[in-house]
Amino acid sequence: MGTLIEEIFSRKAGRPVQAGEIVLLDVDYIMSHDNTTPLAIKAFREIGKPLHDKNRIVLHLDHAYPAPNVMAAENHRKIIDFVKEQELPHLFMQGVCHQVMLEEGFITPGAIVIGADSHSNTYGVMGAFGAGLGSTEIAVAWVTGKCWFKVPETIRIELRGRTQPGVYAKDVMIHIAGLLGMDGGTYRSVEFGGEYIESLPMHERIIFPNMSTEIGAKCGLIAADQVTIDYLENETPATGPFEIIQPVNPRYERIIELDVSALTPQVACHPDVDNVKPLEQVEGLEVHEVYIGTCTNARYEDLEIVANMLKGKRVNPLVRVIVTPASQRIHKKAMQNGLIEILMDAGCTVTGTGCGACIGRHGGILAPGERALTTMNRNFVGRMGSPLAEIYLASPATAAATALTGRITDPRGFLK
Amino acid sequence: MGKAWTFGENMNTDEIIPGRFNITIDPLELAKNVFCEVKPEYSKNIKPGDIIVGGQNFGCGSSREHAPIAIKGSQTKCIIAPSFARIFFRNAINIGLPILECPEAVAGIREGDEVDVDLSSGQIRNLTSGATFQARPLPDFVLKIAEAGGIVNFLKEHDIQELMA
Ligand code: SF4
Repeated sequence: MGTLIEEIFSRKAGRPVQAGEIVLLDVDYIMSHDNTTPLAIKAFREIGKPLHDKNRIVLHLDHAYPAPNVMAAENHRKIIDFVKEQELPHLFMQGVCHQVMLEEGFITPGAIVIGADSHSNTYGVMGAFGAGLGSTEIAVAWVTGKCWFKVPETIRIELRGRTQPGVYAKDVMIHIAGLLGMDGGTYRSVEFGGEYIESLPMHERIIFPNMSTEIGAKCGLIAADQVTIDYLENETPATGPFEIIQPVNPRYERIIELDVSALTPQVACHPDVDNVKPLEQVEGLEVHEVYIGTCTNARYEDLEIVANMLKGKRVNPLVRVIVTPASQRIHKKAMQNGLIEILMDAGCTVTGTGCGACIGRHGGILAPGERALTTMNRNFVGRMGSPLAEIYLASPATAAATALTGRITDPRGFLK
Repeated sequence: MGKAWTFGENMNTDEIIPGRFNITIDPLELAKNVFCEVKPEYSKNIKPGDIIVGGQNFGCGSSREHAPIAIKGSQTKCIIAPSFARIFFRNAINIGLPILECPEAVAGIREGDEVDVDLSSGQIRNLTSGATFQARPLPDFVLKIAEAGGIVNFLKEHDIQELMA
């Protein structure tokens, strides 16, 4: 009996657990990437014990890949040598870690997956527990297969209605970030549900757990349902049967109800993710770069929205419009279906997959004084390069409209 | 017994130890520059047994472990704050830096007060003012990690199951 997180943890603990308890649980997968794995390797050597189960370790090269400088190359070398030495079966260089984790079927309902990356919360989209941890803990999990957790209290966000054309899950989540603030979910599990969430396809659902990190949440969860199972069966190699875990007579710390029907496009403005405004209040603001990418909004369907809006048109010639698909698989499908050609004809620069410009290492760094509108999840000062640049967050549709005009633009005027 | 060093709200990991010093993970090296911009006198004058009294959301910002390592290297006995940022909280426990959540104590302790903290019972006594406060006692497993000097050291000698035993 309990909230979704209490139910998931109870299943793993083999006994009912409640918010406030501390539990030591088996983890299903342990994720880390080129930024965080080297420190974990160091901690692993210090512990001096063998790996618990190689099959549970999943490594990615995505944050600075292909290597933009010698230091990144050295990190990659260290990781690949470690993979060879320990004969690890799961090393990926084919996209943003969180997207690849989903595509490769590592995330199934009820699973516990920890990652040395703050957006590991993304895995909550499958009704799994996903959370970010430091590198030392990743090494601890490598050798023990376990991790300790304090069972969190839950904030339930109950969403009703349907969004209007031109308004997407990203707009809804940005709005929620504005309501709750950057620490509104600290230590908490944030459960997203209600008829709006249930009506959404997987690629729209992902936005909520992914950006639960931005409100400080320990995890962001959506209960698995038929949409989840269809995704697993049709899009991933994961094999069922999949157990659907639901909250049972839950006791929530707080319930927030929201009707999304009247919501308009939203923008999270420089310099904080909770500095949220309806788009009309910042409409017309000049931008120098439009970046469509990241684990938040660079899936096939996102690229499709953008391509539909840009088809047969040209983006503003003075704006750098960069599109970075979230994975090779997405990139390939977009190529096969002609989306990449449309984007290129419209004047976009389509790059290889990876985190790209999102962490300001390569692939679209901003100069001082520049302003970018992006589909990312966070707009920390300095995130994309110069600390004197400004980052605005919005949906792919808003990004496409803005790419056309060079100014923050409402996408609703461009929808066919 | 030790002296209290107080800090403001939302102390972030960059204020604890600016990014430019994160080229090492040696605790004593990091400790030389801990709080160098917000309270430069701290690293020069701290004595073993002194405590840090922080504000709300202490340790927010990046997930880097350098911040709690730097504080631990400074020989402080513990940090008391109304709340900690999530990843800082975990990192602190895992590297064996005791942290207590107690808003009342934070309100009732001033810079320089003499304070005595019993980590296992959670009792905090302000010897300067005579007030006492009760934080939630640290769970046993946290004390075990702290005693071993961090989870990496703990695992050298023990099985992880022993944490919860
Ligand atoms: S795309 Fe950005 S937010 Fe996502 S994992 Fe990469 S760096 Fe992190």
